[in-house]
Amino acid sequence: MSTVELEHVSRWYGNVVAVNDVTMNLGPGVTGLLGPNGAGKTTLLHMMSGFLAPSQGTLTVDGRPAWRNPDVYRTLGLVSEREAVHGFLTAWEFVLASAKLHRLPRPEEAARRAIELVEMAPAKDRRMSTFSKGMRQRTRVAAALVHDPAVLLLDEPFNGMDPRQRLHMMATLHQLGDAGRTVLFSSHILEEVEEVSGTVQVIVAGRLAASGDYRTIRRLMTHRPHVFAVRSTDDRKLAVALIGEDSVAGLDVEKAGLTIRAGDYGAFTRALPKIALREGIRVRQLTPSDESLESVFSYLVAS
Amino acid sequence: MNLTIAWITARALLGRKRVLLLLPLPLLVIGLTLIAHALRPDRADRWAQPIIDGLGFSVMIPVTALIIGTAVLGAEIEDGTIVHILAKPLHRSEIVLAKLAVSVGIIGTFSAVPMFVAGTVTDSVRFGLALAVASFVAALGYAAVFLVMSLLTRRPVLIGLAYVLLWEGLLGNLLDSTRQLSIHQYALTVAAKIAPSDLLHTHVGLPVSLIMTAVFLVAGTVLAIDRLRSFTLTGETS
Repeated sequence: MSTVELEHVSRWYGNVVAVNDVTMNLGPGVTGLLGPNGAGKTTLLHMMSGFLAPSQGTLTVDGRPAWRNPDVYRTLGLVSEREAVHGFLTAWEFVLASAKLHRLPRPEEAARRAIELVEMAPAKDRRMSTFSKGMRQRTRVAAALVHDPAVLLLDEPFNGMDPRQRLHMMATLHQLGDAGRTVLFSSHILEEVEEVSGTVQVIVAGRLAASGDYRTIRRLMTHRPHVFAVRSTDDRKLAVALIGEDSVAGLDVEKAGLTIRAGDYGAFTRALPKIALREGIRVRQLTPSDESLESVFSYLVAS
Repeated sequence: MNLTIAWITARALLGRKRVLLLLPLPLLVIGLTLIAHALRPDRADRWAQPIIDGLGFSVMIPVTALIIGTAVLGAEIEDGTIVHILAKPLHRSEIVLAKLAVSVGIIGTFSAVPMFVAGTVTDSVRFGLALAVASFVAALGYAAVFLVMSLLTRRPVLIGLAYVLLWEGLLGNLLDSTRQLSIHQYALTVAAKIAPSDLLHTHVGLPVSLIMTAVFLVAGTVLAIDRLRSFTLTGETS
């Protein structure tokens, strides 16, 4: 059993604070590190994997510091965000080289097992420069898993994968988590985190904004008010009809159209066409206006 | 030495088109020597020095060293593949020494072969061998300097070029004192001591040459190991 412990960890670049006083404990199982782009996820992962020194605070893997300590890689595997690989090597050569660099007693056996785990066996003798993004990603995961690490860190591992590969990777991460490995992966897509992990660490603007069971966090996210911009043939008539709807929390009538705050996304989007039909109004435009991840996360931080 | 790292490094360097960049200068040295020898075999005192020192030691070896020495680690840092090597439980000296060995091997080979041919055609096999040994001495010094440069700066080729052209080339011809800190001069001295000849003009003593080459090599290696221990990843997004 391995743990990654962060205590009051901060990292700044000049005047810019990338990670701000983060304290977290990662134990066995799969944890999702969720946050919008630029939130500090990669900086955190780089510190956890010994590729960046914390400006303040302590960060340890199994009680030992990760920074300037190559021994940490005996228990730690990293799949970094940059998808660079030695393109002139075949997948087999690449994973085997990883096994040899780890000085595993039976490198061929370990490489074969890792390649099979990510379903890359049929393409293992092809040069990686000919691979798709998803194939390269899976090969990198195989290389990171070749020594069966107790801690696995993955930065945006689902980028570039097709849905089937995504499902397979999710299943692999589940297996590793169930087998007692400490797995942390970052993502800016809520659904990815929901599929894979039981616990979530949400990071916004360098700070740990929420931490815990994903269902609780998900509930907060789905139950937030959604804002829609609507234009129709008769905005006022539509406004009168909509205000009687339970799913509508409030609305503004403006020259440019209606701004509607809906409490329940699903109920509102189902009700609107029915009401419009009943009232004989034609809806010309329906735009969700605050669906950016940033707005979702800032709502989460505020709540 | 870590053979896996050496193998990956050698394949990366020799498998790319970059290796074609290494061929014109050695071919030029051999070609010019053969032409000059065919036209005026009796006047080697006139043409040997410009070809062997002016082109071979002053341009071919440092340029070859610059291309290989900065790429041996620098190329992996630039494209991000270095992470795969660094995220392993290896002492950083293992990585640096493997990279250095490959660098010296390739620079030395691409320099020593044309220099051996040029020396043999110009004077004798002994002279050719002296130039070949001197090429490897230069390779040792340059490889260490350019390797550490690729860890200290994002523009190692530019700074390396400035060292070769300005320090060794321009200042080396104008100021005697700069020659004491010139890998080019150390190599010339080694060649002249193995096969004394009027064709080479040296300005630095042998002890200084050997000690200073060792200083460049050891200091470069130690600094590179330390820098690699503190290697920091910067994210595309953070």
